[in-house]
Amino acid sequence: MRTRDLRLLIGIIVVVVFSAWVAWPNNPGIHILGFNRDIELRQGLDLQGGMQVLLEADVPATQQVTRDQIDAARGIVENRVNGLGVTEPNVQVVGDRRILVELPGIKDPDEAVAAFKGTGLLEFIDTNGVYLKPGTEVKTTFGQPGAAQTGTTPSATAAQPTAAQAAPTTTAAASTATEPALTATPAAGGTPAAAAGSTPEAQGTATPAAQPTATPASEIVYKTVLTGKDLKNAGVQINPQTQEPNVTFEFNSDAAKTFADFTSANVGKYLAIVLDKKVISCPVINTAIPEGSGYIEGKFTLAEAKGLAVQLKYGALPIPLKVIERRTVGPTLGQDSVARSLRAGIIGLIIVLLFMLIYYRLPGVLADLALLTYAVVTIAIFKLVPVTLTLPGITGFLLSVGMAVDANILIFERMKEELRHGKSLGAAVEAGFDRAWTSIRDSNLSTLINCVILFWFGSQYGASAVKGFAVTLFLGVVVSMFTAITVTRTFMRATLAASGDSLREKHQLLGV
Amino acid sequence: MLDIIGKRKWYFLISAMVIIPGLVAMGISFARWGTPFRLSIDFTSGSLLEVQFPEKVQPLQVREVVESQGIVDPSIQTVGDGSTVVIRTKPMEVEVKQAVESALQQRFGTLTEMRFETVGPSVGREVTQAATLAIIAGSLAILGFIVFAWRKVPNSMRYGVCATAATLHDILVTLGFFSIMSLLLGWEADALFLTALLTVVGFSVQDTIVVFDRIRENIPKRRGEAYELIVNRSLLETLHRSLATQLNAVFVMIAILLFGGATIKQFVAVLLVGMISGSYSSIFNAVPLLVVWEKGELANLFRPGRRQPAPTA
Repeated sequence: MRTRDLRLLIGIIVVVVFSAWVAWPNNPGIHILGFNRDIELRQGLDLQGGMQVLLEADVPATQQVTRDQIDAARGIVENRVNGLGVTEPNVQVVGDRRILVELPGIKDPDEAVAAFKGTGLLEFIDTNGVYLKPGTEVKTTFGQPGAAQTGTTPSATAAQPTAAQAAPTTTAAASTATEPALTATPAAGGTPAAAAGSTPEAQGTATPAAQPTATPASEIVYKTVLTGKDLKNAGVQINPQTQEPNVTFEFNSDAAKTFADFTSANVGKYLAIVLDKKVISCPVINTAIPEGSGYIEGKFTLAEAKGLAVQLKYGALPIPLKVIERRTVGPTLGQDSVARSLRAGIIGLIIVLLFMLIYYRLPGVLADLALLTYAVVTIAIFKLVPVTLTLPGITGFLLSVGMAVDANILIFERMKEELRHGKSLGAAVEAGFDRAWTSIRDSNLSTLINCVILFWFGSQYGASAVKGFAVTLFLGVVVSMFTAITVTRTFMRATLAASGDSLREKHQLLGV
Repeated sequence: MLDIIGKRKWYFLISAMVIIPGLVAMGISFARWGTPFRLSIDFTSGSLLEVQFPEKVQPLQVREVVESQGIVDPSIQTVGDGSTVVIRTKPMEVEVKQAVESALQQRFGTLTEMRFETVGPSVGREVTQAATLAIIAGSLAILGFIVFAWRKVPNSMRYGVCATAATLHDILVTLGFFSIMSLLLGWEADALFLTALLTVVGFSVQDTIVVFDRIRENIPKRRGEAYELIVNRSLLETLHRSLATQLNAVFVMIAILLFGGATIKQFVAVLLVGMISGSYSSIFNAVPLLVVWEKGELANLFRPGRRQPAPTA
């Protein structure tokens, strides 16, 4: 045996041992000197169950979505997703105006979808002086193509009580909470905070007849004064005078000007806070707020105040989003798929191993060894890259097992022919490898090109199932070129060298 | 020596017998849906809701309930033992889906949601566009590959055309098979179907190339021997390889089909049928077609009134 072959053999053994360690199901990972890396097989959503949702900016196609906007939206969605308690969620921007959300193992997908949709658009709207009960659905000028600059006030509102006329709190709410009020922060030089209870508007209880909730809100398009994007910060502060929690907010400098203008022109009227076109709070403007920062007071409990602050802060999506694609796989179906694929893979592999053994005998044994090497090395690569395994991905891997033996079959058939033509064993082996090479190269090359095309196709989010197949087939083909040729040849040479002359007369061992 | 080439007309007949039912199925589908087989929501966009009830349900009754929730023209299909229903609609919002589910639950008892997928129109459009591009790129790559593989061979054009014909044969067989399954079992072509098709085409071309390579190699070696004989010899020499490779792939595919996960059965079935067709067409179509061409039988094969089936590939 030549030293080059010996070196190769040792190299192969080292690779196999390392790969086997990596591929071992309960690999502890690498934790040396602060370097930490867990090694595990990453499973796709179709195997572990879960949901994939593609969100898109819900604005007219002509409206530009900036990188900042979509990045900010992504961050907000991620915050919300983290709140759902999903392990290892994935939230990423895709293209110009889309966000991909992957939630492995999610229990209640509908609730999750509602949560992203709830992360929608925060607006501050001019209610035209009308109190809007929290929960009222409204239409606003924001995001509507060709919307009027100012809110229209259809005649219907004339029948509604204005702020000056009545104390428009709902009867149900009046006993526990009062209408919130909007006040400039003391630091900003506004009037010292007056407790919400002291504002005259909040005192009365309206009779059911006077309830403003009858507003046919769907017909009115309210003017959006500012959106959540304009908010710089929001938080909760305990009012030192009333000992009640207030929700503080701060607009950025551009918006502060708008806010100052609006509040000074509308003291005593309302500025409703609207989340996803639903009123969440409708405070009265107590004073003009020139500096862009102030607080909302309104007999909040601490939890309510925090909730509102979070909605202000994280609900401040710069653009509305809609669900454009959604796929859900139940966890039981996923686990069932894993078990079944594993079984199918093992059965398929055993059949191929047996076939090679029976059909090609001694070379078949070597090809089987090469095939096992192939399987171990490929799984190790899947874990190290890491490749996310999906059902089509497993199919691609198994298909590449077929490709891997195909190369050996081509070589062995050549070898047998050369032997029949009277070549010596050693020469026949070498000729088999040399002459089969063109066919192997051509067929693998065309598969690789095909994989590249499929990978591109699978990068489309609607066709993402294809990607796993393309990746595993590609990697499988590359590894199989190494194992079916280099590994098998080294094994062959080693066997020939080890057996000496004894093998030369026993052609039946070679299946001839 | 086993004479494969001599019986070439029979092979073309067998191919025709496989392909024609598929073409009929595609015609029926085309008349019904405007496509050769049903397309999944990957391409058409829409929602797919799969639910399971404790007992068998009637599709018509399910339709009634779904329509009562304001859904226009849903497609209702029962699968398995009839207790699982697949409902296909235009893209549905979560709230609408929940309303449909609670209405179904009231009517038929406890419901388990197995699957809910929604693809919006923009995504469906993009996938369709990408699929078209993938088909074009795939075809170009394969044609380029064929041209490259035979660039130095005399009559290279002939080999290229025959290989392409065999590939078209496999595409027709696969499409036809899928179309029949689409009519019988409601199979729908999704992104994975296209993947299977492109993979099948790639493998089929490789099979053909291995045989053609051998013919190319044998021609200078056996000057004076009839072309038909050389071709037959080359076929037999590569037959072992073709069968061994084929059997291995078929074993693996059957293992996945029998024991693998339910969701990729269609994908694997298409691969399996396509691969069998690919091996068949390389040996029994592409190579005999070369001989037909060489001997100038092409015109005769198409001539009416003779008992020779046209080469369908």
